Amino acid sequence: MDVLKILAIAGSGILLFIVIELIRRGRLKERYSLLWLLAGMVLLLLSSSRNALEFVARHLGIFYPPSFLFLIAFLFLLLITLHFSVVISGLSEKSKKLAQELALLREELHSTKGASRDDGKSE
Amino acid sequence: MRILIIVPAYNEEESLPGVIDDLRKHIPTADVVVVNDGSRDATARIAQDMGVKTLDLPFNLGIGGAVQAGYVYAERQGYDAAVQFDGDGQHVGMEISKLLRPLEDGIADIVIGSRFLVPGAYKAPLFRSLGIRIFSFTLSRVLTTAVTDSTSGFRAANRKAIVFFARMYPDDYPEVESLVLAHKMKFRMIEVAVTMRERTYGKSSITPLRSVYYMTKVLMAIFIDLLKRVR
Repeated sequence: MDVLKILAIAGSGILLFIVIELIRRGRLKERYSLLWLLAGMVLLLLSSSRNALEFVARHLGIFYPPSFLFLIAFLFLLLITLHFSVVISGLSEKSKKLAQELALLREELHSTKGASRDDGKSE
Repeated sequence: MRILIIVPAYNEEESLPGVIDDLRKHIPTADVVVVNDGSRDATARIAQDMGVKTLDLPFNLGIGGAVQAGYVYAERQGYDAAVQFDGDGQHVGMEISKLLRPLEDGIADIVIGSRFLVPGAYKAPLFRSLGIRIFSFTLSRVLTTAVTDSTSGFRAANRKAIVFFARMYPDDYPEVESLVLAHKMKFRMIEVAVTMRERTYGKSSITPLRSVYYMTKVLMAIFIDLLKRVR
């Protein structure tokens, strides 16, 4: 049992360390890191305090307390991927708008310059 | 009435000159804008060489994003009516006046050119026509008005509908989905009978299995659109 506890603490500790390190180096934006930080902290808390884990698990009717850790990790992953889907939808809407604006600007440029010169289209 | 013809085109260098000539001949008073949807061929250059306005998208957005670019253009340039007209030569320039008449009379906000109002006028491949019929059946129930040709990309929209589509236009299955959104906006829609040409070149990629998959996705999209908030 102790081995499991050490593994769980090490696992969530490493997760937290990696997330913080990525933020520090500017490779992860804060707004996308909140869920990860929260997940790391909750997992660290539950894996370091055997009492807390057993208390919560018992009240939820979970017979094997460590499986509660898996449940929490799973729920966080679900939440994080859903969050990603929302973010991706927003990004694709933005990139569509940008492409349309670019096309409209190209046309405006083309018509103000007349058909005299190359419109600078790449390819 | 200032009219804009929106011609979405993706790799249509072969058919585009014919389409533009057709439009100039049959509806000379209207402006034409070709929306080049990231074609890899000379579509954009051909349109520009022929002297029509060209919206050159930097990458492929799909038919929904391309048509919407045309609506944004129509909205900003203050056009009173816009007509969607495919760049593949399927639609017939002479038929445009039929689409515009209900807009001029003020009895509709959106007019759809239908191949199926006159029975036997158009023969689609078996699976495609089956699919079109299933959508049409579902949509007629959802929209509470009869729609016979929900996948028709031959349409006209008045100023009110232009402004709405410039703001909100579906990406995935725009022909069908835009009707659902328009219905939620309480736009008046009518269909008029038109003829279309059969595809002269290029193969449809629709196989039986794919069409079932496609139909499922579109039907889901219809019901999701019903839940969407429109304004």
